[in-house]
Amino acid sequence: MLAYILRRLLHALPILIGVNLITFALFFVVNTPDDMARMQLGIKRVTPEAIARWKAERGYDRPLIWNEKAEGLGKATNTIFFAKSVRMFAGDFGRADDGRDIAREIRMRMGPSLAIALPVFLLGLYASVSFALLLVFFRGTVLDFWGVAACVALMSISSLFYIIGGQFLVSKLWHLVPISGYGEGLDVARFLALPVIISVLAGLGSSARWYRTIFLEEIGKDYVRTARAKGLSELAVLFGHVLRNAMIPILTGVVVVIPLLFMGSLITESFFGIPGLGSYTIDAINAQDFAVVKAMVFIGSMLYIVGLLLTDISYTLVDPRVRFER
Amino acid sequence: MSLPFLPVLLWTDALLFALLAAAVAAGFYVRRREYLMLAWRRVAGDGLGMAAATVLALFLVVGLLDSLHYRSRLEGAGTVWSVEVESALDALAEPLRRQVEKTYSAPLADRLFSKETLERPDGSQVRDYPRLKWGAAHLSDPEAGLAGDVARRMVKGEAVGLVLWLLIVAAVTRTVARRESISPGEAWRRIRRRETPWAWRSVLLTLGVMLFLAAPLAALSGHYHVFGTDKVGQDVFFLTLKSIRTALVIGTLTTLIMLPFAAALGILAGYLGGWVDDVIQYVYTTLNSIPGVLLIAAAVLMMQVVIDNHPQWFATAAERADARLLALCFILGITSWTGLCRLLRGEALKLRELEFIQAARAFGVSPGGIMLRHILPNVMHIVLISLVMDFSGLVLAEAVLSYVGIGVDPNTVSFGTMINAARMELAREPAVWWSLAAAFSFMLALVLSANLFADSVRDAFDPRLRART
Repeated sequence: MLAYILRRLLHALPILIGVNLITFALFFVVNTPDDMARMQLGIKRVTPEAIARWKAERGYDRPLIWNEKAEGLGKATNTIFFAKSVRMFAGDFGRADDGRDIAREIRMRMGPSLAIALPVFLLGLYASVSFALLLVFFRGTVLDFWGVAACVALMSISSLFYIIGGQFLVSKLWHLVPISGYGEGLDVARFLALPVIISVLAGLGSSARWYRTIFLEEIGKDYVRTARAKGLSELAVLFGHVLRNAMIPILTGVVVVIPLLFMGSLITESFFGIPGLGSYTIDAINAQDFAVVKAMVFIGSMLYIVGLLLTDISYTLVDPRVRFER
Repeated sequence: MSLPFLPVLLWTDALLFALLAAAVAAGFYVRRREYLMLAWRRVAGDGLGMAAATVLALFLVVGLLDSLHYRSRLEGAGTVWSVEVESALDALAEPLRRQVEKTYSAPLADRLFSKETLERPDGSQVRDYPRLKWGAAHLSDPEAGLAGDVARRMVKGEAVGLVLWLLIVAAVTRTVARRESISPGEAWRRIRRRETPWAWRSVLLTLGVMLFLAAPLAALSGHYHVFGTDKVGQDVFFLTLKSIRTALVIGTLTTLIMLPFAAALGILAGYLGGWVDDVIQYVYTTLNSIPGVLLIAAAVLMMQVVIDNHPQWFATAAERADARLLALCFILGITSWTGLCRLLRGEALKLRELEFIQAARAFGVSPGGIMLRHILPNVMHIVLISLVMDFSGLVLAEAVLSYVGIGVDPNTVSFGTMINAARMELAREPAVWWSLAAAFSFMLALVLSANLFADSVRDAFDPRLRART
């Protein structure tokens, strides 16, 4: 098991290096630091000195990949590529445009992000699996038809509509919860209730429909007929057999997103004013803070790779046939 | 000969029309091949799918009209063209575009949404809601006559709509009667009972509903702002119509642009295997591991820098906005092609071992020939399914991205920019709801019908699914 995890981590390394190279190319080769400086400073204040100062403040005044002037190892390390991209492997993300340390900011904002993403994930999974099981239990009936129709309708509505409509209805008209914001301690629940419910609802349609297809695929198999033939009730078949066997395809889609929960949800966080990583990213995008966006891209891919690894491990837990010694 | 206008072909226009031409060509190709017609017949026989297709077709007409761009000649200036790029839709809806109010006004209102200081004829000043410049301007006493006038126009519009619908019904009945060599009465009976091979009843019903909804809009829009006006006084109905093109462009061109790459790489990886497979898998796993929104954000930020630093590339503002729209399609494509590529790789892997491919190999057909002539046609149904399945997701994504500020150019009218501009106004008292309502309901109609049509196409083309039910 441990050997397998180590091997998988080694496989992940080239992917991380690839991501690193892509972000480097995107941020520093497509546009030179000069272009970025010109964009940030605006058209009026562009003088060669201003650009030079902007670059020096952020450490962009080095050569891209190879520093001819430096001594020894410095030829490779005293460059933009090493300072801004390679050092991300060591958890050094540099500073944002407002001078704050990005790594510290990320550690601080992880909590609020998780506080909203975790309940959404668990409740959403619970709601959509139960809804899908319900539809499968009533398969072929009118209830099934209208249930699927409701799913299609739910997934056709823009997520912005859920948020804007929910805020308008619940917060402005009914005054049940605050429109946006974030608090300390138990007070948090008041702020989180609405975004959690809205996010669960927004994701319900597509995932319930997806789980329903998975369950229907399982239910046509021979072992289900055998289970029924030996006299099990339909509920016992559904929960004891179909649900357990459908775990593999469900896990494939679900486990991968668990690490990404740290990243938060961009839209929800920014609409509800939750000081998590999602709103941090959006603010950075709006302020065109390249360093922050670059850091988030790198962290996001790292978490995704962790998610892939977790998916593989979770297979062994639900399916004893899957073994890692190969 | 000199035209009164200068045709302008934006990049997205060209690609949209190329897509249309390809679709028409594919239609002729499929018509002559019975085995390909089979699946399409199944789509045509599906009531819900055809109803959705009808709605989509109407959206498509609006979008294509809005893609015929031109620059009009400036008055008395010889061969000097206006810098403003207009479209055929602009020309058709000329009054809607021109009738700009000062700021917000409610749907069918005769007065502005906010109070202003007005001067009475006797010189005294009063705070009141001023009359609109265009909306209900033809009425001398709106308080008394507005409701009656609206009702009258609506009835008139519905009457025209009904006549139009009856004409369409008659034409369809005639066509069915001709094709099946039966009397029109018999054809009508079959359509009504849904006994025709094509689901004509659904199409006609949908058209009826659409005409019922659209006729009063058309009848009223000349003299009223049917959906109200936005912050700078533009007619919301007109903006909604303009948004359709942006949504269609993003929904179709994104998949289209990346299609060649996804298909080529997927088939190469699956058929050749070995190190080619390894490299291609590495590329898409790497791209896939970057969260989509962040990759899009990073790429859009960079693209903005490029566009802002090269203003000399674009002759008009429309061209710059168009370049940004196309670039957005590219960027969305880069993040979404991996799914299709993986599917095609799996399918090619499976096909490689089948007898007919083995036979082709035994006859000495080159690998390139096999991939092009034998594997590609056999994975086309997957390409088609993913093209229609991706559409609705992309339309929804555009709205979200535009909200985040990494979507289309702020000057491009789209559902996303409309929502973004109007979302704070719900907090006003009374709330300004009409912009949001119009954008969301049109978007819902488009995405819902796209979803339903996609389901219908998938059911018809996916043999695996058909075997199960």
